[in-house]
Amino acid sequence: MHVRRVELTDFRSYERVAVDLDPGVSVLVGQNGMGKTNLIEALGYVATLDSHRVATDAPLVRAGAASAVIRCAIVHEGRELLVELEIVPGRANRARLNRSPVRRPREVLGALRMVLFAPEDLELVRGDPSERRRYLDDLLVARQPRFAGVRADYDRVVKQRNALLRNAYLNRKVGGTRGQDLSTLAVWDHHLAHHGAELLAGRLELAAALAPHLTKAYDAVAPGRGAAAIAYASRLGEALQADRPALEAAILERLQERRVAEIERGMTLVGPHRDDLALSLGDLPVKGYASHGECWSFALALRLAAYDLLRSDGIEPVLVLDDVFAELDGSRRERLAGLVSDAAQLLVTCAVPEDVPASLRGARFDVVTGAVSRVS
Amino acid sequence: MYEGAIQDLIDELGRLPGVGPKSAQRIAFHVLSADPADVNRLATALRKVKDLVRFCTTCFNVAESEQCRVCRDPRRTNEVLCVVEEPKDVVAIERTGEFRGRYHVLGGAINPLEGIGPDNLKIRELLFRVGTGEVKELILATDPNTEGEATATYLALLIKPMGLTVTRLASGLPVGGDLEYADEITLGRAFEGRRAV
Repeated sequence: MHVRRVELTDFRSYERVAVDLDPGVSVLVGQNGMGKTNLIEALGYVATLDSHRVATDAPLVRAGAASAVIRCAIVHEGRELLVELEIVPGRANRARLNRSPVRRPREVLGALRMVLFAPEDLELVRGDPSERRRYLDDLLVARQPRFAGVRADYDRVVKQRNALLRNAYLNRKVGGTRGQDLSTLAVWDHHLAHHGAELLAGRLELAAALAPHLTKAYDAVAPGRGAAAIAYASRLGEALQADRPALEAAILERLQERRVAEIERGMTLVGPHRDDLALSLGDLPVKGYASHGECWSFALALRLAAYDLLRSDGIEPVLVLDDVFAELDGSRRERLAGLVSDAAQLLVTCAVPEDVPASLRGARFDVVTGAVSRVS
Repeated sequence: MYEGAIQDLIDELGRLPGVGPKSAQRIAFHVLSADPADVNRLATALRKVKDLVRFCTTCFNVAESEQCRVCRDPRRTNEVLCVVEEPKDVVAIERTGEFRGRYHVLGGAINPLEGIGPDNLKIRELLFRVGTGEVKELILATDPNTEGEATATYLALLIKPMGLTVTRLASGLPVGGDLEYADEITLGRAFEGRRAV
């Protein structure tokens, strides 16, 4: 899969720009703040309908414009697909596939598969467990779209269950004795366990499939620093198996144990929404022990592992490395280049062209305030 | 802003679901220029809906008398009872022409976020109806979303011990469509919920 052309109108700093890309390596060179990442962000938006930098759409639209448009031609197995997205802050986005409108923008998901590594990904290692859960869940949905529904159902059940517990908690506080309040708790337990076990089984299988790719990727970017490993960490217990009935029973059992605490705190304390992905280097956990450089390499390895896994599934995603090479020394640059040079399409951004190893010299684009021009 | 009565009408219309300020204005001016007889008929219909429409004392569907048309129909069986959330669900199932039993309209679904619990629904009344022993099968036809599923589970837990058959409507692929046009979430779930033939 590769992006053949991307056109932006009123997106971030760009009033209007069109870039034609080839398969293989493309390097985007520009000083900081010139708009390299904006271009990457637009492609990421086509792939996920979400920005990797901001939570709302408003900053994506150029100041003074009412809406932004991303037009992206993607070639997959010899066929070209045109995706058009109009981003209107505060309203539903509009999308077209090959010039015909689709009912929901969600339908364009899957047209562009992309794995992006950006400086923000340091949070994958240093941030809250929610960052790592999101990493797992996004990858899960990319491999099996059904999990988008599972995740939405599970989140909804947690929300409803929390509301129930919260109301019971508040009633108790004012001295009410309405035992009636919790009469439906058993029902929500049942649904929490059902959807939770499905999500948990999916994540466990994914973590197991991902683990060898991660170890390999870390060894490639930071050789000789101890083996990197990941393991799914659930409060339900160690070494869980992806067996749904057993997981469902385990969640129900744990809910019974935590019943009093849940009512006292007015929130759901059991389930995959409290889990984490444990990262370790050698015998030590990454958090608290690893240096900045090691954390950064680990974050990169997590993305490369995701890329590797999708490729082993037969999907050839576009790989994007935003501002990566400046952080690496010469030998690691070469190793990383060796690892990714055979990508169907690789987009690299950098401020200093010399940072990019010679083996990755493909097409080069210069990015200067609001304009992108091909140099070679 | 218009003066007096016309602005009052626009404001009132604008409060209806699905009617924005532009549509409200268009409807208001249409009413203004319409034949007085037509407008009177509309006004009467609006008044009547509040005065005459009541809720069936048996199943809580909308009705014009003590009991709704379904509950009054002697040709229907009392042995099968179909539980739905809203009166509009009754209409939807009636259109199929498949169902010859009676209905019970809950008036919503269990939804803690909106403060709706079993007490706010017609569940006590349902238990009373089921308790008479005449009902042999209970069909749970609540919506296939989180709240509807929770309501169905709640009712099943409550009613199954009473010894009657409790069933849930199947969910899955739409009929008459092509498999390739189903979105991947629906299709993925239908795959998960496949059954032996």
